[in-house]
Amino acid sequence: MNKFYNLTKGILKENPIFVIVLGMCPTLATTSSAMNGLGMGLATTFVLLGSNVVISLLARLIPDKVRIPAYIVIIATFVTIVDLVMQAYTQALYEKLGIFIPLIVVNCIVLGRAEAFANKNNVFQSALDGIGMGLGFTFALALLGTVREVLGSGSVFDHKFISGDGIIVFILAPGAFIALAYLIALFNRIKK
Amino acid sequence: MANVESSFKNMTLSLLIISLVASAALGLVHQFTNEAIVKAQMLKINSAIEVVVPEFDNQPFEEAKTIEMDGGELTLFPAKKDGELVGTAVKTFSMNGFAGLIELMVGFLPDGTIHKVAVVSHKETPGLGDKMEPQKSNFSVQFEGKNPENFKLSVVKDGGDVDAITASTITSRAYCDAVERAYKALKEGGVQ
Repeated sequence: MNKFYNLTKGILKENPIFVIVLGMCPTLATTSSAMNGLGMGLATTFVLLGSNVVISLLARLIPDKVRIPAYIVIIATFVTIVDLVMQAYTQALYEKLGIFIPLIVVNCIVLGRAEAFANKNNVFQSALDGIGMGLGFTFALALLGTVREVLGSGSVFDHKFISGDGIIVFILAPGAFIALAYLIALFNRIKK
Repeated sequence: MANVESSFKNMTLSLLIISLVASAALGLVHQFTNEAIVKAQMLKINSAIEVVVPEFDNQPFEEAKTIEMDGGELTLFPAKKDGELVGTAVKTFSMNGFAGLIELMVGFLPDGTIHKVAVVSHKETPGLGDKMEPQKSNFSVQFEGKNPENFKLSVVKDGGDVDAITASTITSRAYCDAVERAYKALKEGGVQ
């Protein structure tokens, strides 16, 4: 197996959104525009990288019975760091993503990678896995955000190319489900 | 690879150490970002004040005055030029937005006429409710130069004088609610 397989698998083959279908809450809620999706994805990537590295380092030192609370504390620490840094330097984006930044703590992908990968593998592979999964998540969110923004508001990254409104349903909750379903279908078709 | 044994001592110790390190790390990050967070928030408020009142040369921040109303806080920022009051910026809020809290900065001239309105923060739907932002549509322009004394601050549908944003009546109602509250606060605590 290629050494860098763990980096690339998250982007297509084991994409956390389109293939594993984890972490649906932020996926559906924060992708009403491309920029929001991208910001959310990058914040999650940072948390994934940090928690994967620390957990793979500490895995052997944490007794089995308390590993979940220990992982949660580590993940929550990284999330709070992201939260503070974004509040300080990217106010506008921070306000748009709002409650979903602190909620990265309970994103299944983060704890999922800790349980399924980081506590069984070495630091280097865990870091690659974290980055790969994070980028896959970012890619999926940015793509979904772009599709919804193009159809719903007629703009890409806030650059409007039509006057007036788009198909409004796409920037509301039902549109998130519809767009995600079509993207997953498309993704499965390409993967075959 | 055997983990350390799940004895009471090991579990307590590992969780204790992880929590201690985590809190130390967060304390450190907080110290670094605290100043930037406060600055970013001040800057946002300050730039909102500058937008909504005529030119001034005092420090409205230092003469601010808060008023409690309807379970929240409104802040009055008197803007003065050469010691004379040229306008008052009122930071106001409404809990009735489509996605909760909306914060506005409403600038009043000394006679109670609305000069300009700026949006401080909101979580409304991109492409719909966010049209209340002045750069996205001219919804907010209709408030300029109107005196709430003879301009009914509610949407046309409810018998008022405000043209609502298409497909965002709830947001428009909340916007009117916030402006109305600002006017009440101005009359109550008005710096005349």
